[in-house]
Amino acid sequence: MRFTPHTPSDKEQMLRAIGVREVEDLFDHIPQSLRARAEIALPPGLSELEVRRRMASLAARNGSAEDWHFFLGAGSYSHFIPSTVDAVISRSEFSTSYTPYQPEVSQGTLQAVYEFQTLICQLTGMEVANAGLYDGASAAAEAVLMARRLQEGRSRVLVSRALHPQYRSVIATYLRNLEDVQLVEIPFEPKGGGTDVEHLLREINERVMCVVVGYPNFFGVIEELAPIQAACARHGALLVAVTTEALSLALLKPPGAWGADIAVGEGQSLGIPTSLGGPGFGFFACRRKFVRSMPGRLVGETVDTEGRRGFVLTLSTREQHIRREKATSNICTNQSLCTLAATVFMATLGRGGMRRLAEINGARAHGARDRLVKEAGLGATFSGAFFNEFVLQVKGLARRLSRLAAEKIVPGSPLVRWYPELHDSLLICVTEMNQGEEIERLVQAFSRE
Amino acid sequence: MEFPEGLKYSREHEWVLVEDRIATVGITAYAQQELGDIVYVELPEVGEKLAKDDPFGAVESVKAVSDIYAPVSGAVVEVNHTLPDNPETINEDPYGDGWIIKVEMSDMEDLRGLMDAEEYAEYVEHQGEKGGETGEGEEGEE
Amino acid sequence: MSKHSPGSDRRGLSLAPSLIFEGGSPGRTGFFWPEESDRGEEEIPPHLLRDDIPGFPELGELEVLRHFTRLSHLNFAIERQFYPLGSCTMKYNPKVNEAVARLPGFALLHPLAPPELIQGALELLYGLERMLAEVSGMEQVTLQPAAGAQGELTGLMIIRAYLAGQGNPRRKVIVPDTAHGTNPASSALCGYEVIQISSNHRGMIEAAKVQEVMDEEVAALMITNPNTLGIFEQEIQAIAGVVHEKGGLLYMDGANLNALMGIAKPGDMGVDVLHINLHKTFSTPHGGGGPGAGPVGVKGFLGDYLPIPHIVKRDGGFELREDCPRSVGRVRSFFGNFGILVRAYAYILALGSDGLGEASRMALLNANYMRKRLEGHFHLPYAEPCMHECVFSDRLQQKHGVHTLDMAKRLLDYSFHPPTIYFPLVVPGAIMIEPTETESRETLDAFADAMITIAREAGEDPALVKGAPHSTPVGRLDEARAARKPVLRWEPSADLRRAPFGSEPQGRRQVESLRSKPSKG
Repeated sequence: MRFTPHTPSDKEQMLRAIGVREVEDLFDHIPQSLRARAEIALPPGLSELEVRRRMASLAARNGSAEDWHFFLGAGSYSHFIPSTVDAVISRSEFSTSYTPYQPEVSQGTLQAVYEFQTLICQLTGMEVANAGLYDGASAAAEAVLMARRLQEGRSRVLVSRALHPQYRSVIATYLRNLEDVQLVEIPFEPKGGGTDVEHLLREINERVMCVVVGYPNFFGVIEELAPIQAACARHGALLVAVTTEALSLALLKPPGAWGADIAVGEGQSLGIPTSLGGPGFGFFACRRKFVRSMPGRLVGETVDTEGRRGFVLTLSTREQHIRREKATSNICTNQSLCTLAATVFMATLGRGGMRRLAEINGARAHGARDRLVKEAGLGATFSGAFFNEFVLQVKGLARRLSRLAAEKIVPGSPLVRWYPELHDSLLICVTEMNQGEEIERLVQAFSRE
Repeated sequence: MEFPEGLKYSREHEWVLVEDRIATVGITAYAQQELGDIVYVELPEVGEKLAKDDPFGAVESVKAVSDIYAPVSGAVVEVNHTLPDNPETINEDPYGDGWIIKVEMSDMEDLRGLMDAEEYAEYVEHQGEKGGETGEGEEGEE
Repeated sequence: MSKHSPGSDRRGLSLAPSLIFEGGSPGRTGFFWPEESDRGEEEIPPHLLRDDIPGFPELGELEVLRHFTRLSHLNFAIERQFYPLGSCTMKYNPKVNEAVARLPGFALLHPLAPPELIQGALELLYGLERMLAEVSGMEQVTLQPAAGAQGELTGLMIIRAYLAGQGNPRRKVIVPDTAHGTNPASSALCGYEVIQISSNHRGMIEAAKVQEVMDEEVAALMITNPNTLGIFEQEIQAIAGVVHEKGGLLYMDGANLNALMGIAKPGDMGVDVLHINLHKTFSTPHGGGGPGAGPVGVKGFLGDYLPIPHIVKRDGGFELREDCPRSVGRVRSFFGNFGILVRAYAYILALGSDGLGEASRMALLNANYMRKRLEGHFHLPYAEPCMHECVFSDRLQQKHGVHTLDMAKRLLDYSFHPPTIYFPLVVPGAIMIEPTETESRETLDAFADAMITIAREAGEDPALVKGAPHSTPVGRLDEARAARKPVLRWEPSADLRRAPFGSEPQGRRQVESLRSKPSKG
């Protein structure tokens, strides 16, 4: 396929206007040694039909939620996406527009982001939110970097081991090259599945810049943030709450209500398909007083020359294109089309719908867990309250996983990969997309030894 | 453009008014014009000790941010508390209400290195095509 | 707030848009789901539950669609207007890519599904790594970084890890004065001090200048080629030599790769690490500000340092390897922006080696044609040949008091998105134009004609230009006000148009029905 419109006549006219004979003349100033080796050893281009066929055959070699029964979460969630979402994000006025640096012709994008920022504030219970970051993991890392900027002189970061392992890994990667930061891991409490608060209280002091916990955590457990927040307040540390399943905040007491200073997480649950883990977006919300230290883009309200309301990118002096090496972050994107999907999703569901969908998740997951424990005899691993993910003990897990695979069921994520002591533990996620029949089959499959 | 006689000026476009040992510091009319509409001022704390030529704060416009450098050494004894809520005062009255900090000087010799109004006016004329201080880049997304 | 109530602006079809929070009605929703019967015996303890989400919109489905459709009409977009933004490569985003990315066999994949279930996806990722390596002349590629800036950070981390392995991570990175702002920002995030060097009067970096600052504490030099002036860095191989000689590495910002495909490979220029912007060179949509993807290519000796997981081909299939002790770790969750990678893969399949080469050639043809048309009307700061983009300035118009910003705003009235302005910083009043290869000669002529007209207007009627834009949905916006008193979210005003949720009888019933178990009805 070609998308270049130039006919031989076009080329001829343009070359003549420029004053050269052939296109090659335009780069004959490039060293010959480079030009001689520049040929691209790839097959020639395909027609549109061939491209579609090739891609379809690659897609067909995958097992997706369409033809398999997945009970998988762990940071990527399968949820219902109303058709309004794709209808809006497919509009080329949104998908092929550029970053809104020229606000007069980007009011569509800018207003949508302003609405997004508002929705995130409402969902998290925080005062300000930015326009989005790459993903939940990097948002968590950016939260720690912001804490470092705000808490000059403090060097320790306490991170719960019950926070998503990949998030902990990304935080470690971002901090590795900074000399003045020390990451301290706080274990989880083996009975409840939440962060070991006793241990946290022993580790926290005036040198701690922030405490990072999952809410809910990687095990699906809803952390009791009150004692953690109290400890933070006593020692002047910032509390960072990280939410991988954004839908949970439609039902659970939001981080702001617990007194969190920074609330971050992944927004993929809100109208974006799992898509092998990307793209999605990270959300970042915090106290108003931290606004000048926030990473990422911010959209603000203002007026034009005639007093009409309008929206612009603002507080840009924090960002890389102005502050350069002193920027709050190097980020130059806000995952705009993904945050738009989430905005349409939240607008479509609305106040009642978001709550309802979250309740359905909670009910399905609790019902499924009950049956798996009572009827299929699986062991309860953690006693902590949960939203739509939970951990169960499965004897002979490896063997049973392969038998379930024969029935096209993937019942969850074995935890041993990240927590070696939790062998035979399975992290199971149940959402509204897991129909009653599917859950029935899961219970039956586990009931058979 | 105005460069009042009784003041001293630094190469970084700050002005200084000295009364007894107290130096009042601000940025010049040239500086505020280069920056454009000022939207935010980062101020130091009262009591902070400054060394000559150290950055002690910043002035931000929509598209640029500029550090402000101490033209003299000393301790900060007062900061202009009206600026956080009304940063545009610096644009409107850079030598009067737009003052930024007051410093109790530790060494009167520091004044030697500064320019007077005539020298500064000439210095500004040669600034011309220096460019590059403002970061108005609206460049490609990465 | 109240003066912006819906309908207050009487302009017929183009009504001033209200916010999603300003319309609708309590209890309204676009979500419907059959009644549920299953309930767990354990429920979430009440102290962990929220009461409500105050202020969340309550709209019907049609209202939602109308709202966002109206918003879309306020945007410029590639499919409506020409976007000659320098260094952004605003080329056509093929629709076939959108169709294939939405295939359930891609969109509905879970990242933690067992590897046997994602072999098609892994083949695609592995294939894309190979394709990007081939185009750029690098040897190994990671697809994990979510954007160019994250790719830069990853690239610098790789450099740092490698040098640390050699005994000293070093302290400094050299960055040209023409570099994109992310270059120094990423360096600082990596713990490096930035040393800036100046381009010469021809707009290029000289190896001799690099020699002056290069020492054993410099980890890397970051270069963009062609640079942000659209000029090929002639001395790049010599610069690579100077850097390598002292044990440093050469990093290339691949933002301008669209100028080089089939013409010259960065890998042959002495580049050790490179990031690529898929949303620029490889046609994935800009989306109003993302998502994009920033893969990183490296020479073989750095392969071990790439972020995990590594995709490995074995026994007719693909595996994921995470036990890579020298890896810099993870920069993003899961695999990266897979949906974007799918689009780029389809694009490369569609173009093939011949199409990619043609794309760069036509990009050069278009940029040079544009330059020829505008020469004489606008000041051209550098006489060097340009590649896929050219840079002018407002020097000729300044005598009328008209600046780059004014002319950019006036272009909006002619229905063109302005070029990149005020960048690179070495050209005061810079106007950076990158047409890309997907534009026709007629479009280029129309744009050039508009620019020439504006240059004339600057002389004949400067006020017209300075007051622009005149025909956009909103006029020039007060950015100073937005920065002084930031209003970053909607909040209910004192004169509520809608009663708070739960204060009306209908609302209260709704709360109760949500909380009760089905048996209570």
